[in-house]
Amino acid sequence: MSGKIPVTVLTGYLGAGKTTLLNRILSEPHDKKYAVIVNEFGEIGIDNDLVVGADEEVFEMNNGCICCTVRGDLIRIIDGLMKRKGKFDAIIVETTGLADPAPVAQTFFMDQDVGERARLDAVVTVADARWLLERLVDAPEAKNQIAFADVIVLNKIDLVTPAELEAVEARIRLLNPAAKLHRTTKCALPIADVMDRNAFDLDRILEIEPDFLEEGHHHHHADDIRSMSFEIKGDVDPDKFMPWIQDLTQVQGPDILRCKGILAFKNEPKRFVFQGVHMLLDGDLQRNWHDGETRVSRAVFIGRNLDRDAIRKGFFATAA
Amino acid sequence: MNLSPPPVSLTQHVASLEAGEHVIAAAWLGSTPALATPALALSGGAVMLGGASAAQVRAEVHGDAGLLVATASNGQLFTGGGDGRICSVAADGLVTELARDAKGGWIDAVAASGNGAIAFSVGKRVTARDDKGNLKTFEAPSTAQGLSFAPKGYRLAMAHYNGVTLWFPNTETAPQFLEWKGAHLDASFSADGRFVVTSMQENALHGWRLAYKPTDKVAHMRMSGYPAKTRSFSWSHDGSWLATSGAEAVIIWPFQGDGPMGKPPRECGVRRSKVTQVAFHPGAYVIAAGYEDGCILLLRLTDGSELLARPAVKDSAVTAIAWDKAGKRLIFGCEDGQAGLLTLPA
Repeated sequence: MSGKIPVTVLTGYLGAGKTTLLNRILSEPHDKKYAVIVNEFGEIGIDNDLVVGADEEVFEMNNGCICCTVRGDLIRIIDGLMKRKGKFDAIIVETTGLADPAPVAQTFFMDQDVGERARLDAVVTVADARWLLERLVDAPEAKNQIAFADVIVLNKIDLVTPAELEAVEARIRLLNPAAKLHRTTKCALPIADVMDRNAFDLDRILEIEPDFLEEGHHHHHADDIRSMSFEIKGDVDPDKFMPWIQDLTQVQGPDILRCKGILAFKNEPKRFVFQGVHMLLDGDLQRNWHDGETRVSRAVFIGRNLDRDAIRKGFFATAA
Repeated sequence: MNLSPPPVSLTQHVASLEAGEHVIAAAWLGSTPALATPALALSGGAVMLGGASAAQVRAEVHGDAGLLVATASNGQLFTGGGDGRICSVAADGLVTELARDAKGGWIDAVAASGNGAIAFSVGKRVTARDDKGNLKTFEAPSTAQGLSFAPKGYRLAMAHYNGVTLWFPNTETAPQFLEWKGAHLDASFSADGRFVVTSMQENALHGWRLAYKPTDKVAHMRMSGYPAKTRSFSWSHDGSWLATSGAEAVIIWPFQGDGPMGKPPRECGVRRSKVTQVAFHPGAYVIAAGYEDGCILLLRLTDGSELLARPAVKDSAVTAIAWDKAGKRLIFGCEDGQAGLLTLPA
């Protein structure tokens, strides 16, 4: 982890306020230098930072897996930026409003050169509190962006009533219970809430009420994105968990948008943290379980056509 | 246990140079080969000329926008920068702007033909400039990440997603598309013009035998098995071998006759570090190989014997190597800005 340049991916449907957030990050007083990868020049004017134009070229990998797509332009630009180490501390990638975040995120797992030098810090999605519910109905991209997010900036809350805000939050939580959510007007929030989040804000997983996503709360369409979270009150056996998660993501990878979890492995003082994008998985032992902290194992899955009972059963069978 | 003796060292013949920045390319400049000036293209935007520290000149080429790509031909260096400019740099440090991208985008690739023409790409836009300065442009199907001129005729190979396009900038002839699924990175024409080889995102090389129809199965050459991407190729002086980076040894493919299919490649300089740069000697079957751990070896293809030019140096992966025309001097540069000049003992 150390020494790798953190990369923040900014997504959000057209008009949600992505550029506002980007300008806020760049113009707020900070001691960092950013390299910013944008699709359109012009709307941001920053002297101190390195701005690079991108063209969102999505490449399929030749490995027989249709969901393994990467951003070719991103590989090239990051390769170029890494030759100028020391000129910047972090990279921000702004995607177009219609972009699928998966290829961007997968680039950091799939490309060896990028993965060795940079790490995906967080996918930050800006959502328009007033229009999100409608976009979730008519724009599959908007739904993907919410489902993929590690951090959601729910913007323009001044344009909705408290009841409307509650409704949109509840809908977001159904799609993605694991993301950190911030309510803003004009994307006003401390930079630290979106930048340098490290480890994907995974601690949020431990805050989710496990029963939050019970069945029957709303009607599902067949292709609907849904999320599920499970908790084992105690340790899991890595020799059971690893083959299970690998098999699950291999078989259902195209339908699993994101998965993440914090696990207590048997006889392991450190927390095991994993996260995945479609078929790609990444896991690491991180900090120790603190004294007095309850050892629990939590996992969250976000995707389409997922069989909740089968995944629950599979996960619980890995208990130590 | 390895019983072979450690390689004979040439390190006492290396004069170290301080480039101070990631070295993008190394070259020898000037019209008289015996008097050629060593040059290092640096990521910060400048080109450093001269070997001995007293005689060093720094030519500012791309300013703060950075220098991204560079290639040498006929004693001149051609550079492309983050400012969208293409420049030539001469041995005396004279910088000439040859072309400029209208939108000021990053230059993704630059190639020189050997007879005065150059080509460069910014995303999909490919521009060729002939020896008289006439510009022609072409839009590739996706970013043209690798460019290589054919040895004869004014013909350019461009590597992009799902294949290579061969383009004659000065004729109305339709460009020829050589299809192969996947993202192609760098491109290289063989010296006899019979082969085009690309490196790919999937840690493999792909090649085409141009004598066959590209739709014909036998036109294709697949060279795979690399643990990392190949980002450095070098043809032997007679065109019969292609040395490549990307493995924990230099992988050398035989291109005599009909190409490497069905023949095993040679491996030289096996070490526990990935080869990052390869440069064939201009007159002998000797390869200068730079490694990720900073080591540089000279490897003789015929018997695999090794000479040590630079020991491993932490955080100093080799990023550029160039022989002078006579094959008596070698300049190299590294990612941490260290560099050196090897003069072979007489």
